[in-house]
Parts: sequence; structure tokens; C-alpha cells
Amino acid sequence: MSLPAALGHLFPLTGAALVGLGLFGFIILRHPLRQLLAVNVIAAGIFLILGGLGRGEDVTDPYPQALVITGIVVSVALTALGAAMITRLAEDRCAPAPTPEPPGDRDA
Amino acid sequence: MSPLDLLVAAPLAFMVAALVLGQGGRWLILAAGPVMLGLSAWLLALPPDAAHLVGNWDLPLGILLRADGVARLLVPATCVCFVAVALYAWPEFSPKAGRETARAHTFWPMLYLMWGGSNAGYLTTDLFNLYVTIEMVSLAAVALAAMGSLAAGLQYFMIALVGSLAYLLGVALLAGHYDTVDATLLAVRARPDLPTVLALAVMTAGLLVKAALFPLHGWLPPAHAAAPAPASALLSAIVVKLGFVIILRLWFEAFAEVVRPAAIHLLGGMGALAVIYGSIQAIRQERLKPLVAYSTVAQLGYLFLAFPLIWNARIPGEPWAAVLVHAVAHMLAKAAMFLAAGLMLKAVAGDRISDLGGLARAMPLSVTAFALAAISLMGLPPSGGFTAKFLLLHAAIEQGQVIYAGVLVIGGLLGAAYLFRPLSVAFGASAAPVVRAEGALRVAAPLTLAALAIALGFAGMTLIELSSIGAPPAIALPLAEEPGP
Repeated sequence: MSLPAALGHLFPLTGAALVGLGLFGFIILRHPLRQLLAVNVIAAGIFLILGGLGRGEDVTDPYPQALVITGIVVSVALTALGAAMITRLAEDRCAPAPTPEPPGDRDA
Repeated sequence: MSPLDLLVAAPLAFMVAALVLGQGGRWLILAAGPVMLGLSAWLLALPPDAAHLVGNWDLPLGILLRADGVARLLVPATCVCFVAVALYAWPEFSPKAGRETARAHTFWPMLYLMWGGSNAGYLTTDLFNLYVTIEMVSLAAVALAAMGSLAAGLQYFMIALVGSLAYLLGVALLAGHYDTVDATLLAVRARPDLPTVLALAVMTAGLLVKAALFPLHGWLPPAHAAAPAPASALLSAIVVKLGFVIILRLWFEAFAEVVRPAAIHLLGGMGALAVIYGSIQAIRQERLKPLVAYSTVAQLGYLFLAFPLIWNARIPGEPWAAVLVHAVAHMLAKAAMFLAAGLMLKAVAGDRISDLGGLARAMPLSVTAFALAAISLMGLPPSGGFTAKFLLLHAAIEQGQVIYAGVLVIGGLLGAAYLFRPLSVAFGASAAPVVRAEGALRVAAPLTLAALAIALGFAGMTLIELSSIGAPPAIALPLAEEPGP
């Protein structure tokens, strides 16, 4: 069974690539919303590593999967909090000057 | 049922109750205070090897809660801090205070969430469970920091999020490598191979962000200085300690066999730089709350400066006790200082140190609380801060670690320099500002905390004995040989 073994490595490696991409994005992006998305990419990469490492030849280890599910719940909750804070900050900043800021395309 | 369960479950129950009660949530502290103080006393009275498996699931899967020396010192101290801060916050976060009723809604559930999270963090040995507790505490901390400045809160949130994810990455690597993430099992199974070292490195890096060790402290001063006084007190006293405790557990318990001297001196060096840098920044501040916040950066440095001293010690139990006593003393003294600073700033017009002139005559009790807290932070005898720094200095001199000993002495002098400044202004002759009478309950909170920080100085042996309960083998026994580089 050489193909499943190779696939088993594929998941953690993809996860590692996602972590790297997300970290790169977090460092170079300025807008908090983009940073939040970058952090979510990192989280997705970590969950992929965690799940991928639990993948066995015939049977999958349920333990990492339980950890992944818990991690996703925590991640969703924190993303919601972050999004709410970003929205509130944008509202506060817009309040004195009613014209909304143009979307920051320069860091795209 | 065990107190170990209840110490985590009770605050979470109070959190739900506070959510349901809304603005009436402030009344809950009248029930939560006695309950939690009672549970903390029960924790202290437990037999030395007390442990509890949550839901009776056995170890590779289950979660172990354990009453070791770290928990026995930090859980009661945390409890005292929370009760004092809650009593202080009572008038500030109640609907009668007027305009900001949303704060009265959110402050109380966040307080209990942080309480439950930090208790769980001190008690558990499961590294993934620790990730969840870190996120609980961070969530509450971000919400409290955002009460002062949303921008600072958001910056803190982003940094904290990346820190937790770095920690989670380490947990993922360990789970894949060892099939367990329990610290007590890892202590037996850990081998110094690449995945383990990598996992330990990313976990430590993530936690150092949480613990705000120089040079990863950038988020701390703006967030802590801008928040309302009770929130600042919790952020500086409680939140940063959790990251430190987990690093302590990782380095001296789970991976004691993996850690190398170069790495431990790197941590110690960062701690030493934090002491110097934080103190100098504190001296340069013109406003009171940033001064206290930078003092936190400096005081956290001592906690990490102690790592090489524990590692190299002939009798590691002594510096081990010192670092825990320092954590407790800083917790009590810094909470007291932020609360007292909050009272003092509320009374005067501005937030600058020069605005405090003559305040010692107008509000003697608040200034006394500030001064008592300052004594412990400077490490003047008799105080918890003195006991801790004396033990650390003793260990440093015994081991011939001249640099660390020098930093300990210079740090104390710099501490005196930045803490005497606001006090000398407050005691200085000036037209006494007209202030309302100090509320008895509100002054009692910082006074009690500061008095406890001083009282720790008289309980030296008790604290050392407490800290040695269930200490990791590397601490309990003298190290037979020093591992090579």
C-alpha cells in the first residue's frame, strides 16, 4: 500500500505549506481583516497537520480528530470575536467622518 | 466530586449565571468569593499527591487535574486577586454608574471566564487542554483590554491568536509523534529528537508572546495602560502568568530531558534584558499607568531570568520556590498597584505623574496601598518580592552567575528609581487637590492585596514547602550531572 502512505504525507505537508503561507500573509498584510483571514489559514494548516498525522494505514486514529474538532470550535469562536472587534473599530472610525474609507487595495 | 473539578467548574457556572443575570451579575461575587476562597483552602488541605481524572477517563485520553506546588500557590493567589478586583470593580461596573451599561453587562462574565480558564491552566497537565484554557483566558483578556482602547485590544487579539496557534502547532506535532499530549506521560516518553525540539521551540515561542517576555512584549503596555483599572489589574496580574506557568511546566517537567543549556540561557538572557529594558522604559514614562505597565514587562523578566538558575542549581528547589513566590508576590502587588493607581488617577485631573502632587494628604490610604505594593515590587524587606529576589540572588552568587546576579541587583535599583518617582510627587508639598472621600470598600481592595504581598515575606518557609509539593523530578532531586551542550 504505497499510495496511501504517500497520501498520508501529503496532508501534513499541505498543512505545513498553509501555515507558512498564512504566517507570511500575517506579517506582510496591514489590514486587520486580512490578518484575521491569514490567521485562519494558519489554523486550517495546523488542523490539516494534526488530522493528517493521525491517519494510519488501515484505521484512522480518532484522538487527533477529536482535537481537531475542538480546535475548530475554538477557532470559529475567536474569529467571530475578531470580526466583531474589527467591525466595531471600523464603525468607530467612520462615525466622525460619514464617508467610508476606500478599501485598502495597496497591500493586495 | 473533587475541589480540582470544582475550581474549574464553579467559575464557569458563575459565568453562565452572570450572563443570565446581565447587569445584576455583580451580585454574584458575594456568592463566588466565599465559594472560591473555600475551594482554594480545600485545595491547600489536600494530600500531597492529590490528582483527579476528569470523567474517570484513563490517561492517554483523559485529562488529569493535579494539585501540585505550582497550583497550590497560584490558585489561591489568583482567587484573592479576583475577589479583591471584583469588590473594587463593583461600583465601576454597575448600572448606577450611568452611561456605560454595556460594560456592566460584559465585565462580570469575562471575569468569571478568566477565573475558570486560569484555574484550569494551573491544574491541568494535558497540553491540548492547556491550549483551550489559554484561549479562554485570552478571549476574556482581549474583551477586557478592548474596554479601554479597541485598537490596542485588537492588536493584542491578533498577536495572542498567532501565539496560541504556534502553541497549537507544537501540540499537533507532539500528538502525532507520541500519541499523547499529557505532560506527565511526555516526561517519561520524550526523546531529544527533531520533532520534539521543534515542537518545544514553537510552543515556547507562542507562549512567550502570551507571557510578554522582551522582545515580544510590544502589545502589553498599550493594552494594559489603556484598560480600566480593574481590567488592567487582571491583565497584568493573572493573564501573563498563565503563559509563564505553562513554559515552566514544559521546560522542567515534560521536556526536562530534552532542554539544553544553550536554550535555557537564551531564555534567561531574554529575561535579564526584559528586566533592564522594562525598568528603563518605566523610568522614561511621564504617565502613571504606562509606568506600571512597563514595570510588569520588567518584573516578568525575573521569572525567566530564574530559568538558568533553577537549571544549574545544586538544590533546584530553592530557586524553583523563588520563582513561584515571585509570581505570587507580583500577582498581588501588581493588582494592588493598578487598583491604587486607578483610584489616584480618578481623583486628579490628568493622568501624568506630575498631576499627583500632594495626593498623599488627600487620599492617604490609596497612596499607602501604592507604596506597599511598590515595596514588594522593588524587593525591599520584608515582602514576598524580597524573599523571591533574595533566593534568586543567593542561587546566582552560589553558581557564580555574575551577570544574572548583577541584573538582579541593578533591576532592584532601577525598580526603586521608577517607583519612588510617583511616590515622591504624591508625598511632595503641593496644594492638596480636592478629592471626594475614598470609598472604604474600594480602598480596602488594593490595601488588602498589597498587605498580603508584604505578608508573604513572613511566610518564607511555608511557601518553599508548598512549592515543593509534587515538584517535577528534576526539581525534587538534585541533578546528578549537568548534560553536555
